[in-house]
Amino acid sequence: MKSVRFHASPVLAVKLPAWRSRAVLCLLFVAFLALLLRAIYLQAFSTRYLQGQGEQRYMVTLETAATRGKITDRNGDVLASSIPAYSIGVEIEDLDATPAELADVARLLEMPLADVKKKIADPVRRFVYLKRQVPPLAAQAIGKLGIPGVRQMKEFHREYPQGEMMAHVVGYTNVDDTGQEGIELAWQKSLAGLDGSRRVIRNRLNQPIEDVASIRAPHDGTDLTLSVDSRLQYLAFTELKKAVDFHHAKAGAIVVLDVRTGEVLALANLPTYDPNDRRKLTGEQLRNRVLTDTYEPGSTLKPFTIALALERGVVKPDTVMQTAPGKFTIGPNTISDTHNHGAITVEEVIKLSSNIGTAKIALKMQPQDMWEMYTAVGLGQAPKWGFPGAVAGRVRPFKSWRPIEQATMSYGYGLSVSLIQIARAYTMFARDGEIVPLTFFRTDATAASPYVKGTQVIPVAIAREMRHMLEMAAGPGGTAPKAQVMGYRVAGKTGTAHKVGVHGTYDGNRYVGSFVGFAPVSNPRIVVAVMIDEPSNGIHYGGDVAAPVFSAVVGGVLRTLNVEPDSPIKSLIIPNDSPKETL
Amino acid sequence: MTRLSAVFALLLVLSGLSLVSSQYRARQLFIDLDRAQIAARKLDVEWRTLQIDQTNYSKHSLIETAAERDLKMQKPSQRRIEYITLPEHGTTPIEAKTPVKTDDAKAGP
Repeated sequence: MKSVRFHASPVLAVKLPAWRSRAVLCLLFVAFLALLLRAIYLQAFSTRYLQGQGEQRYMVTLETAATRGKITDRNGDVLASSIPAYSIGVEIEDLDATPAELADVARLLEMPLADVKKKIADPVRRFVYLKRQVPPLAAQAIGKLGIPGVRQMKEFHREYPQGEMMAHVVGYTNVDDTGQEGIELAWQKSLAGLDGSRRVIRNRLNQPIEDVASIRAPHDGTDLTLSVDSRLQYLAFTELKKAVDFHHAKAGAIVVLDVRTGEVLALANLPTYDPNDRRKLTGEQLRNRVLTDTYEPGSTLKPFTIALALERGVVKPDTVMQTAPGKFTIGPNTISDTHNHGAITVEEVIKLSSNIGTAKIALKMQPQDMWEMYTAVGLGQAPKWGFPGAVAGRVRPFKSWRPIEQATMSYGYGLSVSLIQIARAYTMFARDGEIVPLTFFRTDATAASPYVKGTQVIPVAIAREMRHMLEMAAGPGGTAPKAQVMGYRVAGKTGTAHKVGVHGTYDGNRYVGSFVGFAPVSNPRIVVAVMIDEPSNGIHYGGDVAAPVFSAVVGGVLRTLNVEPDSPIKSLIIPNDSPKETL
Repeated sequence: MTRLSAVFALLLVLSGLSLVSSQYRARQLFIDLDRAQIAARKLDVEWRTLQIDQTNYSKHSLIETAAERDLKMQKPSQRRIEYITLPEHGTTPIEAKTPVKTDDAKAGP
C-alpha cells in the first residue's frame, strides 16, 4: 500500500506550538499518577474498611441459644426441662393478610379471632406479640402460611411434668426463662447457661463453610440433681392431702429429711399450684409453709429443754417433778396442763407432754443456756441452704426474757420457727447428738461412709436417752400413739399451738397441729415433720391430725427405701383416750 | 536450567491445584460437621421431649389410678405382709411361714 503523505495535507500541515503536545503528555502522566496514588491509598491505607465491606457479603455471626439446664430428682426423673417453642409476633406496618389467613392464624394459635384483630389494631406499637410459647408444630404451620409481616422468634418452653406435687421445691420460670420461685430462682445463674455466638463464612447456598472465630462459646445450663425422691414426694403429698381434706384444714406442710446425709427427701405444701398453668395463681398457693413461713412450734420444742437440763445435770430421767394441781403460777401468769398428772418423772413429762413439768425444769436453768441451745440447733439462725425466702425464725435475745417467757419458751410458745428448722433440729436426737447441715442436692454418700459430718450439740448418751423418751411419747400411753408404724419403732413429739389472731392474742379455736419424729429408732434413717394448719373438723391435737400422716409416710418411706423392720410385726395398740397435750 | 524451571513450574501448578481441592474438601467436611451438630441438637430436643413423656406416663398418680381402678388391685396392709429373713448366702432360703389369717385377708378379692 502506498503510504499517505500526511504532511502533504494542508490541514495537517498547520504548525502548532510544541508546548501543546507536551501539555497533553503531562496531563496523561498526571492522570496515571492519580490512578496510581488512588490504588496505593485503597490497597495500603483503607484496607480495613474495604475488607469489612467484603466480609459483610460472605461472613455472618450465628447465635447459639443456650438451653436451660434440666432439674431432675435423685433417681433421674425429670422435674423441669426446656423444649423449643416459638413466639409469634406481627410487624403491624408490614402485615398483609386476608381475613381467611387471619382466621387460620387464630385457629393455629388457639385464640379467638377477635383477640388477634384487637392486637394487630394497636395504634401505638409497631410490633406486637400475638402469642408466646407456641409449640413447634403450630409455629411451623403458621410459617407455611407465608403471611408477610408475621414473625417467629425461637424461645424455650419449660415443662414441669410432676406439676403441683413438686411445685414448692422446683418453683417455676417466667416466659423469658428467668427463675421466679424455688430452685429455679435460687440457681438461676447456673441453670441459665450462656448464649454463644460465632462468625462463619457462608457459601451461596447460605451454608456455613468455615469457622472464622468463636466470639463466645455457648455454655448450656448446668443440670441439677436434687435430693428429693419423686416416689417419696408422691407418698408425702398424697398423705398430706388426705389429712388436709379430711380435717378441712386451711393448709398443711410436710418435710422428710435423710438423717445420715441431711438431704431433703420430700417437701410438700398445701394448697399448691400447677407450675404449667399459672393463670389463677394466688399468694396462698405460692406460700412455702416448710421454708418461708414460721409458726409457734408448741410442744415439739420440749425435748430440747429437757435435753439441755439432762446435759447440765439439772435433772435425771427418773427425777420426779410435781405437776399437781395442774396449774402453776409464775408472777401474775398461770400456766396449766390438760389434766392433773400429779408427780411424774422427767421421762413422763415428755411422754405426757406436761407444760408445768417442762416449765419447772426450765426455770432451774439460765435463760442464756436455753438461748444457746436453741441457737445451736439452728432456731432463729439464718438458714444457709440458699433457698429463696427461707426464714430464720425468731428467738428473742435472752436478756429480755421474763421468767414467764422463759417458762413458755421451754414448751414452744413465744418464739417462731419454720417447719424445716424444727425437722433439722430433730436430727440431733436421731443422730447421737449431732445436728446435720441440710442440702437440696443429692450427695454422693457411699455405703462405706453413709454419714455426712455434723456438729455435736449434746453428748451421745443424752441423745440416746432422749430417743427413748421420744419413743415413749409416740407409743401407747404417750400423746401420739397414732404415730406408730407396724414393723418399725418410731419416736417423736406432738405439738398443738393456738394461732395468734388479728388482735395479737391467742385465738380460742384456731390451732396448728404438728408432729416431728424419726424412725426406725434402732438406727434412725429419716426425720419427718408434719404440720396441719387450722384443722376445723372437730379435732385439732397434733397427735390426732398430724401423727397419722407421720405414721403413713414413715411406713411408706421406709418400705420404699428398703429399710429392714426393727420391731416385730404385730397389731398396734392405739388406746382410745390417749393423753392430750396442753395448749 | 530451563528443564529445572519447567519441573518447578509443574510442581507449583500441582501444589496450587491440591490447595484448591483440599480447601474444597475442608469446606465439605465443615458442612457435614455443621449438619451433624444440627442433627445432634434435634436429637437432644427429642430426647428431652421423650424424657418428659416418660415422666408423664410413669407418674405415680397415674400408675396408682390404673392399678386401683382398671386392674382392681389394692395395697396390702401391713397385716398381710409376711417378712422373710433370708439366712446367710449360699444356703437355701427357709420357707415362708403360712401367712397370718386375719380379717384383712378375707377382704381381698
